[in-house]
Amino acid sequence: MATVKGPKAAPATKTDASAFEAVRKANQKDIFFALGGLLVMAIAMTLLLTLIGDLLVRGLGAIDGNFLTSFPSRNPEDAGILSALVGSLLVMVVTGLLAVPLGVAAGLYLEEYAKKGWLSNIIEINVANLAGVPSIIYGLLALGLFVYGLGLGKTILVAGMTLALLILPIVIVSTREAVRSIPPIIKEGAYGIGADQWQVMWHYIIPAAKPGIMTGAIVGLSRAIGETAPIITIGALTFIAFLPSAPVTGDFPFISFAWLNDSFTVLPIQMFNWTSRPQEGFHIIAAATGVTLMALTLSLNGLAIWVRFRLRRGYRN
Amino acid sequence: MANPKIPTATELREQGFVKRRKLIARSMEVFLFLSASLSVFVTTAIVFILVSESWDFFMQVPLSEFLFTTMWAPVFIDPKFGVLPLLAATLQTSGIAMLIAVPFGLIMAIYLSEYAQPAVRETIKPALEMLEAVPTVVYGYFALLVMTPFLQQFIPGLRGINLLVPGIILGIMILPYVVSVSEDAMRAVPNGLREGGYALGMARWQVAVRVVIPGAFSGITAAFILGLSRAIGETMVLAVAAGQNPNLTWDVREGAATITAYIVQMSLGDVAHGSLAYTTIFAVGLLLFLITLSFNVIGFYLRRKFREAY
Repeated sequence: MATVKGPKAAPATKTDASAFEAVRKANQKDIFFALGGLLVMAIAMTLLLTLIGDLLVRGLGAIDGNFLTSFPSRNPEDAGILSALVGSLLVMVVTGLLAVPLGVAAGLYLEEYAKKGWLSNIIEINVANLAGVPSIIYGLLALGLFVYGLGLGKTILVAGMTLALLILPIVIVSTREAVRSIPPIIKEGAYGIGADQWQVMWHYIIPAAKPGIMTGAIVGLSRAIGETAPIITIGALTFIAFLPSAPVTGDFPFISFAWLNDSFTVLPIQMFNWTSRPQEGFHIIAAATGVTLMALTLSLNGLAIWVRFRLRRGYRN
Repeated sequence: MANPKIPTATELREQGFVKRRKLIARSMEVFLFLSASLSVFVTTAIVFILVSESWDFFMQVPLSEFLFTTMWAPVFIDPKFGVLPLLAATLQTSGIAMLIAVPFGLIMAIYLSEYAQPAVRETIKPALEMLEAVPTVVYGYFALLVMTPFLQQFIPGLRGINLLVPGIILGIMILPYVVSVSEDAMRAVPNGLREGGYALGMARWQVAVRVVIPGAFSGITAAFILGLSRAIGETMVLAVAAGQNPNLTWDVREGAATITAYIVQMSLGDVAHGSLAYTTIFAVGLLLFLITLSFNVIGFYLRRKFREAY
């Protein structure tokens, strides 16, 4: 388009004119292109904002104290999300306690300890690959291995373990990025005063990488809190009208882990269940559950962005 | 230690301290290594579980019946195990998703990488990342209860449960991922190439189309292939809005169960552990795993290629 093909012996002014014309056309197309980009962006954003707005309009009104403190019910007006909310939080606790230490350890190993070789190569390829495995496959793994293979049953513990495996790649990758961004001088200084490798990790690398690690862990947890498929696959129930056993008891030793072995439901499953019912009343409380769920995941993500922001500022000062 | 003098109490304490320190360092290294190997264990376990649990299934149902017949009715009295209806629905929804994600994703990525001011880019990218955090069950809700009733006004014959709308929603869902990965690939194209284009008198769009896209081609392709793999493995949108009825149809206005929706449906029902119906979810899971794995391998290979090129 833009190549100017002037006749051989044409007067200079004519060549100039056609060149100007070509440039003008190209620039015109440029404006169309930019407008097209803006338009697509605007359409996509508007669509998503409309969808989220619709969810808010339908759901926000249904969220009240009663909704947050009641069990699911056959009657949508009385139904609430107490058991799902508690279930989600307890599953998250298990997931976090498992995924964060294991993910950080794996990330540290890959970044600081692993020697280049076939073994570390296999591990690297594996981590990358696991990030792309559909979440429902993790559910099948958990069903075959945890629920029936190890006989752990359809419990909070199994759900937490499943989601921990699922978010492990996220924690590993963000740990590695955080560790990589630490200036080498910190490590060198620590080695210089006679610290061994683990001391350097524990006293210098982990504290310095903490904001990055936290960002990854929070993003991973927010991902886990919205995951539905693997939890359905392990056989979580959709109707739970009781709470797991209390973690604190009146008798010695006052702390009980019985809740790990209890049945449970989580917010996404509750929402899935209500969305799939034909009655309009359930759609409204499904929307309300969706709003609660989005509030949880988006605030976790906001927290992650804030932590990352803090990290940047920390380095500058 | 080579000193013949009798060690003082302080020296003894220091020796104990050094010993303990070495022990800790060594055991931590082992722990770190074990954590890193967990990923290998998980992959092995996935393959092992999928294969061993579907072993019974493939002993009873020949592979040719599984792959080439067109009826899927595993819990009927006369059960049929042709996976094609599930596969066809999966491919149709992912295909529709790609029809949305490819053009829109490409335009958005070009806009962000070549046209947008840095400030615009820095606000839009985190916003896109936030959208990746929207739970998929919420997208399922959108598909079933918002988009379908809306589109029913314009598309005659669109059922309440259909393949078209979940396909569109899947496309929107993978858009943030596709945009952010292909934008990364475009930004990795060295500026010298762009400047060369401008020096030849190219306009911005010409640089984008003739320099940046060819330069980032492997990365952009990787983004779309990985996006496609996500669409194939996505579950909740399809379980909610595409229906649970195995139905071999090419009419996207009808509903049909996808592989993932079938797994959800069976998991919700009361299937006896060890029965043939129980093994079907592992058989279709194995198929799903192999499909997404091959796309992921291609995608990772392409991504690595674009990273090595510059």
